[in-house]
Amino acid sequence: MSTTVATLAQSQTERSARHSAKIYFKEAKFEFLKNLRLRVYTLSVISFPLMFYVLFGLLLNSKESIGAVRVPTYLLATYGTFGVMGASLFGTAAGLAADRGLGWLQVKRASPMPPFAYFAAKVILSFIFSAIVISLLFVLGVSFGGVRMPLGEMASLLGTLVVGSLPFSAMGLAIGYFAGPNSAPAVINLFYLPMSFCSGLWVPYMFLPKLVRQIALALPSYHLSQLALGVVGAGRNESAATHWEVLLAFTLICLGVARIGFQRDKGKLYG
Amino acid sequence: MMQWSGAFKSPGARKLMSVAEAVAIEQPKPGGAMVAALEAVNKSYGKVPALCGVNFSVRGGELVALLGPNGAGKTTAVKLLLGLLRPDAGKARVFGGDPADPGNRMRTGAMLQVGRVPETLRVREHIELFSSYYPCPLPLEQVLAAAGLEKLRDRKFGDLSGGQRQRVLFALAICGDPDLLFLDEPTVGLDVEARRMLWDEIRRLVDRGKTVLLTTHYLEEADALADRIAVINRGQIIAEGTPAEIKAQTCGKRIRCITSLSVAELHRIPGVGDVKADREAVEIHVRDAEPVVRALLAQDTSLCDLEVTSAGLEEAFLALTQDNGDAMRGRN
Repeated sequence: MSTTVATLAQSQTERSARHSAKIYFKEAKFEFLKNLRLRVYTLSVISFPLMFYVLFGLLLNSKESIGAVRVPTYLLATYGTFGVMGASLFGTAAGLAADRGLGWLQVKRASPMPPFAYFAAKVILSFIFSAIVISLLFVLGVSFGGVRMPLGEMASLLGTLVVGSLPFSAMGLAIGYFAGPNSAPAVINLFYLPMSFCSGLWVPYMFLPKLVRQIALALPSYHLSQLALGVVGAGRNESAATHWEVLLAFTLICLGVARIGFQRDKGKLYG
Repeated sequence: MMQWSGAFKSPGARKLMSVAEAVAIEQPKPGGAMVAALEAVNKSYGKVPALCGVNFSVRGGELVALLGPNGAGKTTAVKLLLGLLRPDAGKARVFGGDPADPGNRMRTGAMLQVGRVPETLRVREHIELFSSYYPCPLPLEQVLAAAGLEKLRDRKFGDLSGGQRQRVLFALAICGDPDLLFLDEPTVGLDVEARRMLWDEIRRLVDRGKTVLLTTHYLEEADALADRIAVINRGQIIAEGTPAEIKAQTCGKRIRCITSLSVAELHRIPGVGDVKADREAVEIHVRDAEPVVRALLAQDTSLCDLEVTSAGLEEAFLALTQDNGDAMRGRN
């Protein structure tokens, strides 16, 4: 009995901020390790953007220019956007759908894990992998594509794209709450690939058919790629503030959808 | 515990547990305070009822086994007590409060049946992460030793066998040194040796004053471990008591013989329970063999190959959890 009373007293004291920080750190660390060792994740998230960049930016069109900007530099921004989307969508949606559908999330929720730590870890994972993809693209571009950019501009491009991964992490959470554990990767691609094409991430925007160019204006990937192109001086002179506003609005909508999914689960499971 | 022994004497008494008894259940016992309880809980999944009017409790320091066949509602009961499910009616309480309360969760550990665990993390990494959630976790070495995972600490979860995976899930349940432990079918998929080892470990937890609720469909397991057994079937607690009481309740005799009497005629003999045709012979399940044997011999002079054996525990438990009316026919 005395031990019961002692532990009761202990549990009533809230978790210290330091303890919480430690949990968030470990959750993010192990989420990162988990995915780093998951070949299906690292391969699809890192190698696809790099492969496309090497093919279209370095091997095929490296001598050409789009406007005043050389192709290797231009595609650094668009394949950077493409890479960030993949890292975020796969980083959040695939894991969440599997954890939800196959019972692991229940084990976590039955534990005293702060629920927010689980989601935060996935968003942090997306940040980290986004940064990795962009850095590798920089290395390729500078080493083999003759890309020359002031350090400040590189930092600005990296920062823009990493922050710009947030809308896609939010979108991934929304997909993860509605897709089944096995269908999630297919559902992700169903959004990811058409969005990438329509936003001019593969074929530059101005070469797209008119209808597709109009669709692009409604896509978050278009707005992020225009912000990235703006940094390297290849933007379409649209207002950066508008691009950010669209991304913010899109993030909020996705979080709203994810919340509906969260509440729907809570009807069956809660806490 | 006394109030329960009355509750399973006859099917009628089971259904009509009196208000006095229901109140008595809520009184803290001298043995320990109420730690986990379901109070008049109903829960269904859509139209499928999982639990109907379940009253059930676990007191501090007790090891209670929730025994029942697959689909009886065992896992639902555990999930309600973990705050993963919400009852449609009634209350689930842990430490007198909401099971989903973070403070209560810090005092609770759970081993659930799970389809997929992240496979690329190592055993020690899984334990390290879960330990970090708790205020006073056990040292890693102690957790590894308790779950028999010392040699597998650096192995990735995906490279483990089924039994080894079960042991990791057990390690995650105990790593926070919780006061209350839920083990949902902990020994499924374990070989005999690993099962004995886990039993020893569970006993050690109870010796240290922990409270354990264990679900199982093995009567043997419940018998070996539990202070108290609650038998659950089709969403209802149909019997509850000490292992000795449950065994007394479920044990009967089995008569096997070749007879010219029809099944209907056999059922007319007082005291006859289940009757099963088994190749050329019949198997008759009874509580007391002698009066039935006397009647059989009197009615069928050609009867041969007579055998009377004690019904095995598992078999008796099956009888108890089969369609209640059927299983009870011979008992009154």
